[in-house]
Amino acid sequence: MTGVIMDLLAILRIAIRALARNKMRSLLTMLGIIIGVGAVIATVGLGQGAQEQVQNQIASMGTNLLYISSGSINKGGIRLGGGATKTLVNDDMKAILQEVPTIAEAAPGAGASAQVVSDNQNWYTRVTGTEPQYFDIRNWTFARGGNFTPDDVTRATNVVVLGATVQENLFGNSDPIGQTVRIGTLPFQVVGVLTAKGQSGLGQDQDDGVYVPITTLQKKITGQDWLQYIMASATSQPASYAAQGQITSLLRDRHRIRPGQDDDFTVRNLADVAQLADESSKVMTLLLASIAGVSLIVGGIGIMNIMLVSVTERTREIGIRIAIGATEADVLRQFLSESVVLSLAGGIVGILFGVASSITITKLLGWNILISPAAMGAAVVFSMAVGIFFGFYPARKAAVLDPIEALRFE
Amino acid sequence: MATLAQVEFNAVPVLANEAATPVIAAEDVHKYYNLGETKVHALRGVDLKIEPGEFVAIMGSSGSGKSTFMNMLGCLDKPSSGKYFLEGTDVSQLDKKALAAIRNKKLGFVFQGFNLLSRTTALENVELPTLYAKLEKEQRLERSREVLKLVGLGERLDHFPSQLSGGQQQRVAIARALVNQPSILLADEPTGNLDSRTSVEIMQIFQALNDQGLTIVLVTHEPDIAQFAKRIVVFRDGKIRRDDPVQKRPRAADVLKTLPAIDED
Repeated sequence: MTGVIMDLLAILRIAIRALARNKMRSLLTMLGIIIGVGAVIATVGLGQGAQEQVQNQIASMGTNLLYISSGSINKGGIRLGGGATKTLVNDDMKAILQEVPTIAEAAPGAGASAQVVSDNQNWYTRVTGTEPQYFDIRNWTFARGGNFTPDDVTRATNVVVLGATVQENLFGNSDPIGQTVRIGTLPFQVVGVLTAKGQSGLGQDQDDGVYVPITTLQKKITGQDWLQYIMASATSQPASYAAQGQITSLLRDRHRIRPGQDDDFTVRNLADVAQLADESSKVMTLLLASIAGVSLIVGGIGIMNIMLVSVTERTREIGIRIAIGATEADVLRQFLSESVVLSLAGGIVGILFGVASSITITKLLGWNILISPAAMGAAVVFSMAVGIFFGFYPARKAAVLDPIEALRFE
Repeated sequence: MATLAQVEFNAVPVLANEAATPVIAAEDVHKYYNLGETKVHALRGVDLKIEPGEFVAIMGSSGSGKSTFMNMLGCLDKPSSGKYFLEGTDVSQLDKKALAAIRNKKLGFVFQGFNLLSRTTALENVELPTLYAKLEKEQRLERSREVLKLVGLGERLDHFPSQLSGGQQQRVAIARALVNQPSILLADEPTGNLDSRTSVEIMQIFQALNDQGLTIVLVTHEPDIAQFAKRIVVFRDGKIRRDDPVQKRPRAADVLKTLPAIDED
């Protein structure tokens, strides 16, 4: 066994020495592989980073979530966009909870934008009216303080939960719990601050918003009694698809929509949206990686080209080797090992190059890049395969040389 | 450097061939080449036996078939018809791998152009056949050093061919040919690129090796050089025309004394 390793080391050493004779040429040949592997590592890292972000978003959106939003209407040929109808109401939510057994929880949502003011700071943000279970459905947690209560909803009290961004802008490092902020003209008591969640996939700041009881919003801020959306969570992922249909027929029924008429609401399964995003980022990764893979193949052709030149240059050497007893396998191994060393070294430098560029991109652009050991392993294996594949033809050519002709070669 | 007088030839362990069979037996060997429309008949029925311990010079003008015959002896080429026995083995029946093994272990090649690997030290050049013979590292180095000492280059192991004179390069080539302890040494115009004094020095090495029992076949077109052999075979038009033992064979060592010294390096 050690003998085999010794042999391998010897073959490797001989190959490296042969390549070192033409340093510049070897380096340029390797460059193709370096760029190819580097590009694959960076793009796969980029794609996987994006994918991870999408997966985090799925988690942050809550599980098995259904998003029922008020829809468009068609008034005498004039179609108004989503959110234009006033038909989605609190009672719809209650009906869904009662009549759709696969729905575990539901929370209403309506909102307005308003100036939120603390002592000497103010911040323009989104005010969302909802019920306490909203945060549970969305898997949001509290950094400080706590939730408002169902009692707050019933009594339409002036309490508010702040998003992390709002808290930071209004209070900085000081503790806002128990403090009073003004929304529009009304004073609200701060009861909780949400844990920061960062940007959403679309670059939206998920922490920029405040949350008040739905009744408080409807009665005291907007004066509107309809909802913009209902968030509902199903008991399981398969159940969410069944619930989607059940909610649709229930709401059509409640809104008295005749067969053939369009819905005045939309039910979206957020898992679908997330999966779509996940899918598209996967496709993107694959696309980028295959483009990078093409450059690897081009690099491989470069190796083949150089190895062919090398075989021609060293025809006489090959002749000598055959004359003193090298078998076809010996010569084949010699040249194959050179091309594999070239591509493998290129692959390893390429990985360093790819990792370095990934880190640079992350630092400069703030993109999330995931460098996976699997991609690096694959790059090493693939570059070796490129070396063997493109090195085989020149090596074979060398191995079957006629020694008499080869020795006569000048 | 070590002068040739100091070279100890008895350092060669097993050069004498004890087998009673001839080292080389060619029987009615023909060779045709197809060059498009014309068919070249390079060898037209060659019969030759070479016994162990012989020192044969093969002569002939270019186109006489001597190089073709030499390539055949060296197992680099196969006869179109006829048989070639190397130590009793019918070589024409062997596959490429077996032929490579024969070239590696039974034959030693010395070429006109030295044919050393450039940018590879003398020791590494000599070591090469032992690598293909898959010997252990210690054995490889030991044997390589030994044969280099044998040809008087014991102190130039780490020199590159470009740092050696023609005569020294040829001696490295001879060392390389001997390293696997072959049964026969094939030399194709070994003195073709050398001045007359160096040529005689090379012949001195050959004679000494032959004295140790090594069978040598030498191709040359220089009659002076051929005289150092024990037997001269002359080729013409693909056939053997003459096959005579050498009368009054000179000793290279004696001839050297009569030649003026040449400054090396």
